[in-house]
Amino acid sequence: MFSTPNLNASFAALADPTRRAILARLASGEATVMELAQPFEMTQPAISQHLKVLEEAGLIIQRVDGTKRPRRLAKAGIDAMDQWLAMLRKALEKNYDRLDEILATMQSHTKGKKR
Amino acid sequence: MNTMTKMTLKTEGDTHLVVTRHFAAPPEVVYRAHLDPKLIQKWMLGPEGWTMPVCINETRPGGKIHYEWTNGKEGFHLTGEFLELEPYTRIVHVERMHLPDPTPDNHIETRFEADGAGTLMTMRMTLPDPQTRAAMLATGMERGMEASYVRLESML
Repeated sequence: MFSTPNLNASFAALADPTRRAILARLASGEATVMELAQPFEMTQPAISQHLKVLEEAGLIIQRVDGTKRPRRLAKAGIDAMDQWLAMLRKALEKNYDRLDEILATMQSHTKGKKR
Repeated sequence: MNTMTKMTLKTEGDTHLVVTRHFAAPPEVVYRAHLDPKLIQKWMLGPEGWTMPVCINETRPGGKIHYEWTNGKEGFHLTGEFLELEPYTRIVHVERMHLPDPTPDNHIETRFEADGAGTLMTMRMTLPDPQTRAAMLATGMERGMEASYVRLESML
């Protein structure tokens, strides 16, 4: 549950702001390299390099459409990462909910002793 | 959920992660619940089904931290050292997970401030570099993942 090698590549791929922006863009639908390069003021080869990292991390996939190679989010890769993150947040929230109960018990004990 | 107790988890700068949480008990009590192994073993368990059979805290600067978790099938452990202990106010320590390879050191400062009759806890984690932090939390992806969070929650 804690060590999927591909998960490390996925999170490493996200360390770059341009790549995060590319994923955010792809979250709203498929896009070509040209469409992806447009908002970033970057050359197409530079964008292609980022796309390669994202692809190797299992976060995006490409499709052949004539001369175009539109990219879209890879559901499996995103889902794996997604669940890991949700787990982290949920684990913390669960911990603190349990701590609330313990604190309530500790306080009633303290009050009991004082009386 | 009560807004007073709602947890926040956010990034700060390139290498920090900050968690805040309000508790309905005074700082002395919350501080103790963060250090006493018998208490920690009751709450620092993560997802349902996990237990913490080993919890060692040498509560002095330089003292060792060793926690072990298991779900009956698999397990992992955490080691660390205390750096500073200011009773009821502040705990500073470093920790690393062993999965089984050790993760980079996470430097953690936990503050406890009186907040009305309760406590505001602020836990500030500092990771060695942005990549390590990204591995703990995919910055900026939260919004895009909101939909699947909802999906996952309905599954749990």
